[in-house]
Amino acid sequence: MAWTEKILRVDLTKGTCTDEALNMEWADQYLGQRGLATKYIVEETDPKVDPLSPDNMMIFATGPLTGTCTSTAGRYSVITKGALTGAIACSNSGGFFGNELKNAGYDMVIFQGASKKPVYLMIENGDCQLLDAAAHWGTSCWDTEESIKANHGDPMIRVASIGVSGEVGVKFACVVNDIDRAAGRSGVGTVMGSKNLKAVAVRGTLGVAVKDGDRLWEAAAAGKKVLADNAVTGQGLPAFGTQVLMNVINETGALPTRNHTGSQFEDAHAISAEAMAEPRASDGKPNLITNAACFGCTIACQRVSSVDRTHFSVKDRPEYQKASGGLEYEAAWALGAATGVNDLDALTFANFICNEQGFDPISFGATLGAAMEMFEKGIIGTNETGGVELKFGNAEALCAMAELTGKGEGFGAELGLGSKLLCEKYGHPELSMSVKGQEFPAYDSRGIQGMGLTYATSNRGACHLRSYTVASEVLGIPVKTDPLETEGKAGLVMAFQDATAAFDSAGVCIFTTFAWSAEDLAPQVDAACRGEWSAERLVETGERIWNMERQYNNAAGFTSADDNLPARLTTEAATSGPAEGKINGLAKMLPEYYEARGWTPDGVPTNETAQRLGL
Amino acid sequence: MQKSLHINPELCTGCVQCELACSYDNEGVFNPSKSRIKVFKFHDEGRFVPYTCTQCSDAWCQQACPVDAITLDAATGAKVVNDATCVGCKVCTIACPFGTVNYNADTGKVIKCDLCGGDPECAKACPTDAITFIDANWTGLGKMRDWAMKTDAGAQAGA
Repeated sequence: MAWTEKILRVDLTKGTCTDEALNMEWADQYLGQRGLATKYIVEETDPKVDPLSPDNMMIFATGPLTGTCTSTAGRYSVITKGALTGAIACSNSGGFFGNELKNAGYDMVIFQGASKKPVYLMIENGDCQLLDAAAHWGTSCWDTEESIKANHGDPMIRVASIGVSGEVGVKFACVVNDIDRAAGRSGVGTVMGSKNLKAVAVRGTLGVAVKDGDRLWEAAAAGKKVLADNAVTGQGLPAFGTQVLMNVINETGALPTRNHTGSQFEDAHAISAEAMAEPRASDGKPNLITNAACFGCTIACQRVSSVDRTHFSVKDRPEYQKASGGLEYEAAWALGAATGVNDLDALTFANFICNEQGFDPISFGATLGAAMEMFEKGIIGTNETGGVELKFGNAEALCAMAELTGKGEGFGAELGLGSKLLCEKYGHPELSMSVKGQEFPAYDSRGIQGMGLTYATSNRGACHLRSYTVASEVLGIPVKTDPLETEGKAGLVMAFQDATAAFDSAGVCIFTTFAWSAEDLAPQVDAACRGEWSAERLVETGERIWNMERQYNNAAGFTSADDNLPARLTTEAATSGPAEGKINGLAKMLPEYYEARGWTPDGVPTNETAQRLGL
Repeated sequence: MQKSLHINPELCTGCVQCELACSYDNEGVFNPSKSRIKVFKFHDEGRFVPYTCTQCSDAWCQQACPVDAITLDAATGAKVVNDATCVGCKVCTIACPFGTVNYNADTGKVIKCDLCGGDPECAKACPTDAITFIDANWTGLGKMRDWAMKTDAGAQAGA
């Protein structure tokens, strides 16, 4: 119930597909998706494995609520050892793929080994085949999805695929489903490419049963009402999307600008939600066409946008003049503020290319920002960039580099290394704005102190989706804390980390947490899943998952020295806005955090902590 | 008062809560593929359109059925498939100009919207009022009201 209790194991080396019973004892302890798939990786692989070797496992996993009527419950994650980070990676995606996988009869698909030639996996209601992908190799996510549907004569098939970037080893390649939804970060698409796996195609019509459907229906309805009545999930996100944050975070003084050389962007308004809604001069239409929902989502934050047909990026290219996934806040920041580019259409086009060729706009934009700083400092020149003037604010360069990175060509191949390797290559590792090799998202931790600790301790490298303390420090959810204070942030970060791990593992979207606490999720999990699920059990499950991920990373070779921030954020004070004169106070927060976690001063879970959590 | 389902595609976000509600009410599991209402997505245009049976007064499906398995529910106006009578010949699926009667291979019967006996679950589940269940005689009332307001706007502004 809720779980199908069946998993598919695909051995790409042998070319076999085998059904297996889900380990329900682990499901009771780790719930699903992020937690449960990580448990399989911990149990079955060597943490020191090279992410791109056949010995690295990659799992597509749903949660127990995936496919049910709970709002937002259509999610799946791709869990593996990340190509960008070498840490445990779990990248979560919406759209309609996750529910289709569940309806096809599987909680998760485990990929091990590597295929000798390009293949894709076709799943239809429990029938599974590895099929030749020679015709798809070298094509984009968009073309792959379209041609697989056409070849099988079924427009209802859902496809998750990699683009050319994932094939050629761009370190931050994604897995893209439904044209513009992505398991985005940490290079999970790069791992998929290393296995010669082009796509996973699914058709599922079996239905999802739960423990008590009527009780879930009622609990889900109560949850939906909480979302509808909340100002963020009921009004802000549907109307403005995550882009509602652009002007807010800029005014907070926490919008990292030009590779974190500044923390406010003078042109933030030009790339904001408000700008997306303004009619443009050429055709009188706004960039934003409508909002849209993922499977089962009653929030509907997704942006659907188009680029002005007269814009240089799409002129005479009708394939890019159509409606497609528009800018979310993190992408708009990375492609815009991080590079100093204020051209909304250029950002929208670059975002389309990220979806088309399957690479993470956050890591791409942030890496491009680092390259631009190196260019302006004369560390690299036009010899390296193929003649492109890689200066901050150059919209043409942004679009050109997006297309090159998508195919791993020219200087795009170097950008595809990610900022850490790129900056090291040119002798300036200090210019990489990253933790554990993964680039920061859109919050400057000098202006939002808790986010510094969030980034430093995130198990998948710098990330906002592991503990979104912005909610508390800026938006006052669930309680307002001072963004410039370090006091109390250790406990705050820990609470967000544990709750997030539980929500991720249940199969719902983390955006529900703007309105829901574990008290809102628990009745829904309890109605759907076997056993009894209280809010306390959910949070404890989240804590167990967090500690398990930590133990994996420690075993992979990470130490407390890797729970760090670039010196720019801890030694160079912000120069404007409310955070002017501030650095991030990680040195104070980190020991407090270790202690609160029940870890040693070196960041290792103590035996007592491990035993308490059943690890 | 007889009511009918009214669809306003402009309000639809494509969340398919209607499909989940329909399939749960009819099948006891969450299964969009067994829903009597479908949301169509026109991705490249950014449009979402829910579509289901409009309960024709003189219904093609009812006329075509050779065993009279489709009958009128006088209370709701719905054309309802009687599973005990349906032989699964699918002639109604050919007759329906709109495609809203479909065959269910798992049961060997056809399925179509029956308005849930007069309290459609899809309309209740829709979070944006893209699907409403309103007076069958006045499904255009909302649009008329909107246009009526615009018609008088000039005079109001001039006053």
